[in-house]
Amino acid sequence: MTVPLFFVPSGTVRVTVDGQECSLPEGMMLAPALMSLGYRSLRESPRAGAPRGAFCLMGACQECVIHVDGTLRQACMTPVQEDMQIELRGPR
Amino acid sequence: MSTVLDTTRVPVVDVIVMGAGPAGAEAALTATAQGLTVMLFDEQPQAGGQVWRAPAGGFPGKADADAAAGDGLRARIEASSIRVAFGHRVWSVVRQVAADPAAPRFRVDAVGPGGNLSAQARFLVVATGAHERVVPFPGWTLPGVMGLAAATILLKSHGIAPGRRVVLAGCGPLLVAVAAGLVGAGVEVCAIADLARPWDWLARLPAVLGRPVLAARGGAWTVRALRSSARLLPGHNVLRAEGNKTLERVVLGPVDHDGRAQPGPTHAFDVDALIVGHGLTTACEVTRILRAAHRFSRLYGGWIPEVDQDFETTVPGLFAIGDGAGVRGQQLASLAGKRVGLTLQARVGAVSAGWAEVATEAIDRQMARARPFSDAMSGLMAQRVGQVASIAPETIVCRCEDLTRAEIDAAVDQCAGSIDQLKHLTRCGMGPCQGRYCGDTVQELMATRLAKPREGIGQWTGRPPLRPVSLAEVMGAFAYDDIPIPKPAPL
Repeated sequence: MTVPLFFVPSGTVRVTVDGQECSLPEGMMLAPALMSLGYRSLRESPRAGAPRGAFCLMGACQECVIHVDGTLRQACMTPVQEDMQIELRGPR
Repeated sequence: MSTVLDTTRVPVVDVIVMGAGPAGAEAALTATAQGLTVMLFDEQPQAGGQVWRAPAGGFPGKADADAAAGDGLRARIEASSIRVAFGHRVWSVVRQVAADPAAPRFRVDAVGPGGNLSAQARFLVVATGAHERVVPFPGWTLPGVMGLAAATILLKSHGIAPGRRVVLAGCGPLLVAVAAGLVGAGVEVCAIADLARPWDWLARLPAVLGRPVLAARGGAWTVRALRSSARLLPGHNVLRAEGNKTLERVVLGPVDHDGRAQPGPTHAFDVDALIVGHGLTTACEVTRILRAAHRFSRLYGGWIPEVDQDFETTVPGLFAIGDGAGVRGQQLASLAGKRVGLTLQARVGAVSAGWAEVATEAIDRQMARARPFSDAMSGLMAQRVGQVASIAPETIVCRCEDLTRAEIDAAVDQCAGSIDQLKHLTRCGMGPCQGRYCGDTVQELMATRLAKPREGIGQWTGRPPLRPVSLAEVMGAFAYDDIPIPKPAPL
């Protein structure tokens, strides 16, 4: 389910999420930006393969770690930029 | 460029401050006001900590008391001569041994957008704040379940609702603040479950009324929450969260004064977000890695570094202030920061010891006045032993490694007698969060099972890196020719 924003972003940029093109508010952190589109599950836990999403939003819990342009990034600490290739597959 | 390997070019300042929240920023501002050179690190892009976090990513922010205080702090830092390193993640803190007492005793290494940044200083002030405590329940790992502090960050910093229909659960002032924030933002709050009962709040009323401004603010939050259509459930906690791939349903049930699940009617709500927090725990990994002495304080959020009246730890030159040195809230954090700044002014001889003594005595009196309120709030947020004891065997306790309570209990029964031994046996605390979100719970589970005090279980030994960093970031860009090769030893 998508989540409402309380403001109108000044601009959006094109990114891909698991190969699918979509637009996200530029400069917004990835975790809330993905939430606004309804992406809640960001990765699978390595042992049980259970879905996980953003939990602390302050850079401590590491639950929102995703692949951005092939590198592991914390979605709550990484601002959205044009042409980002985002993969929600978790660290492997 | 081989900045990593070349230690001779690491800049030296008088003071390094880690954490630009109320405590750290105030310490840096006070020290720099008398000409001390100060470097201020924070992993967030702007100062303010979590309580005064700046809006980000195009969100203009909401005008309230916290926003005004945060903007004021950021303006003072901007106007100061503090060397700021925001957006920098400190991954290593090292104590350097030198015969000269004026030599830099601490070295800090960080990675940021521009690569590596290192600094050395005679004094290190640690103001690293707190993490949220969430005592595990079935389903707490589902996407859509997040902390009270996380919801605050979404509302105040990113301008987004945590969900469309939400349940709030937990304890302490943050629960009321988030409830008011969500209701005010127009989010549908189905229920608010408080571990405490009205009496627990009323018993603290005398201490609360001693701080009229804060009392009025809390009162306004409460009125807003009470006026909403949310079902208020005092003395209740989350029994379980359910959902297929993400959160779909939350079940609440009654608990006793110690958070222990009780028989009684349950309440289920279909929601897409559960906002839950059971208090705060100290982020004391820096003082731990530097082997300062710590003690356990249930009231102040867990393990706290032992400090003297100047907030100096048992490691000379290492100071610890703010919620990371004991969860006491913003007012006491700001005052402690100012006090440490004054102490440092005197230590380097920028002001006379007599002047510093008069100034610190005035701050001590202010701190004494702020303490009853702070202690009352800390009491509401402290870990409840009965709640931890109620965790079901199949519930995941360590999120990173998907370890259940039953697996932890089994390792304890097998032979694990300390928290480090448990880590060796199970990998508990070895995942990317480095034990930040399970430590407080696991240590309590072990203490109860082994009938030992928490001091007997201990903390995990502090190890670098302080935060996960990629090797590529730490190495930076370099050419092999730049690597200094020491002369071979004479034959």
